[in-house]
Formats: sequence, structure tokens, C-alpha cells
Amino acid sequence: MQNQNVAYDSKVEGEIIVTQADAVINWIRKHSVWPMPMGLACCAIELMAAGASRFDISRFGMEVMRFSPRQADCMIVAGTVTYKMAEVVRRIYDQMAEPKWVVAMGACASTGGMYRSYATLQGVDRIVPVDVYISGCPPRPEALLDAMIKLQDKIGRERAVKNLIPEKADSAELAGAGKES
Amino acid sequence: MAESDLAQLTERFDYLTERVSSDHLALNCPADKLIELCTALRDEFGYDMLNDVTAVDWDAQSPRFTGFYHFLSTTKHDYLRVAVDCPDDFNPSLPSLAGLFASANWHERETYDLFGIRYEGHPDLTRILMWDSYPYHPLRKDFPLAGIETPLPADDVAEATGASVLPAPMMGGPFTSSGDGPMSQTEPSAKDESWSEKQEKPTD
Repeated sequence: MQNQNVAYDSKVEGEIIVTQADAVINWIRKHSVWPMPMGLACCAIELMAAGASRFDISRFGMEVMRFSPRQADCMIVAGTVTYKMAEVVRRIYDQMAEPKWVVAMGACASTGGMYRSYATLQGVDRIVPVDVYISGCPPRPEALLDAMIKLQDKIGRERAVKNLIPEKADSAELAGAGKES
Repeated sequence: MAESDLAQLTERFDYLTERVSSDHLALNCPADKLIELCTALRDEFGYDMLNDVTAVDWDAQSPRFTGFYHFLSTTKHDYLRVAVDCPDDFNPSLPSLAGLFASANWHERETYDLFGIRYEGHPDLTRILMWDSYPYHPLRKDFPLAGIETPLPADDVAEATGASVLPAPMMGGPFTSSGDGPMSQTEPSAKDESWSEKQEKPTD
């Protein structure tokens, strides 16, 4: 156990482990991140490569890609987000259960990238809160793995109950009330 | 091949004129004769594939909009371009070819979306790229490259996020790679970073 707060002595405690709730809950969460592949453009190809045998994202405990937002807790936005698609991205984000995280993969998802255009959202952080940004056009699978490990570190440092309490009443309302969802 | 087509076509349809072209045979055709011409092209002259439908906005000129049609003959292996001026500069419209060529359906929707040319007789003339409530036609000459501020298509998402469709930051653009040297140093990047959406462009 890495956590300094764990004090376990089998002779004294028997089969009881004493720790902090945050340490246990975050340890569980960070080793079972279930990504939602929001593949919108060519970055999604690198995302697929990261999931395949050569780069093997399952080495780090996050290989369970789920195409239903109800079963995922980390949205990987891989590709160009157009204004037409922005509505869908936000709605899918709203449908994911708390706690949830967002990774902006590549230049387009982070800033709009080379698409300085009337049709392209200039960074997905304008509509969803982003935890980790990845540079590159597209980023290599190693960059995605590095970002996911950084996300794990970030999850490990959070307060475990933080995401369970809605920050604003209206955001909680929106999460349950998508258009015909 | 194309020369014999031109002779036959101009003999039969006296309203056709040859158009200056640097590649394939190109013809000018009035809008009200387009269906007649294209039916003959498809059924009698072997131009059985419609490859592209697009348009040009000539800005201040009149006629302002010209519709273009690119045909391919799969038997003669030859291309043919037909140009049709839109009679009305303010509410441009052309007859739809969707009844003759299935490929015209989506091409005409795209041209309608980006140029605002209405194709009369089209079975479903709705936008294909931009969202339905978008108020502009982005490939028109009076539309700025960066775009115009518009509300997001979904009201609840706009309300929850406070986001709207904003003009794209154009500083330093266009974003091109020099192509010299390793890729890590030649990623497409802004050439002029002295101004941004937060900091005004310096005037000198």
C-alpha cells in the first residue's frame, strides 16, 4: 500500500484494515476507469490503437470502453467538435453518472486545432469541464496512455465525495433532464 | 469525342453556348432549359453520372450565382460541365435534378446549405452540414471566414454552458506547416501571435 495513513498490523488488528475512505474509494476508482470513446475524427484511430494489443491500455486498468454513457465515467473526446455536434457531446456528458472525468484528446478537442472555422467549437472545454488535455495532431497512443495515467493521479488526489454533491442545483437538474433522453 | 458532342448539342439546343474552360467541355445553359438538356445528356448522349453539383458566388456581379454540374460518361469516359446562371440575385433558385440523378439529392442540399440556392422540385431541401436553424449560408462572399455570432442549436445546452457560436480566432492564420525539418518543429502553427480574442489586433 502506498498510502501513508494505512496502519495495518495483522498481529494486533486481526483481519481489520484501518484506512481513510478517500484512500480506498480513490484507489478503487482510479484502477477501474471506464472510458467512453467520444470518437469524432482521426484521433479516434489513435484511441483504437491505444486499445489494441500493441499499446494495450488494459495494462493500466482502463480498457473497458463503454459506448453507453450510462456505463462510463471518463469521456475521451477524440476529434473535432463541430457546433452541430457540441449539443450531442454535452448531452452524452450529462447522461454519464457521477463521478466523471473528461479527457480532451488532440489539438481539435483542446482548442479547435487547425479548424479556425465558423463551424468548429474552439475547444471542448467551452461546453464540458476538461480534466486532462493532450497535445498532438493526432497524439500518439503513448500520449493518451500518459494522459490517462495523469488522470489516475488526479483521481487519487481528489476528495472522494466531491463529485457526489452537485455544485449547482441547476446542473443537477440538467443531468437528469436531457431532451427526450 | 467532346467536339462532336458540342456540335450535336449546339445544333439541337440552340440556346447553348460554349463556355471558356481549361479542361473539359463546358456549356452555358439557361435555367428553364436545364431539365430538358440534362434529360437528353443522360438518355441520348451517354452522360449517365452526375459527379458534382456546386455553385459560384460572383459577389457584386449580376447574375450573382451560377450553378455548376459536372457530368461523367461511363461509356465515353469524358467529362462535361454545365453552368447555369440563377435568374434572381436575391432569392436564387434553380430546377432540381434529383428526379434525374439520385446523386443530385445530397449535392443540391449541400449547395442549398452553403450558398442558399433553392432547388425547385427537390424532395427534401433541408440543410445537410449546418444545423437546421442556422441563419446564414457560409460560402457566400458576404459571410466572413471566421463566422458570425449565433446561439447554439440547443437551448438547454446553451443555457447550461453559457456557450454560443462565436467567430473563430483568426490571428496568425492560416495555419500551415513549412514542411522543412522534423515534424515536431513544423506542426501547423500560428505565424502571428501578437493578438488573440482577448487582446485586440495592434493597429499601426
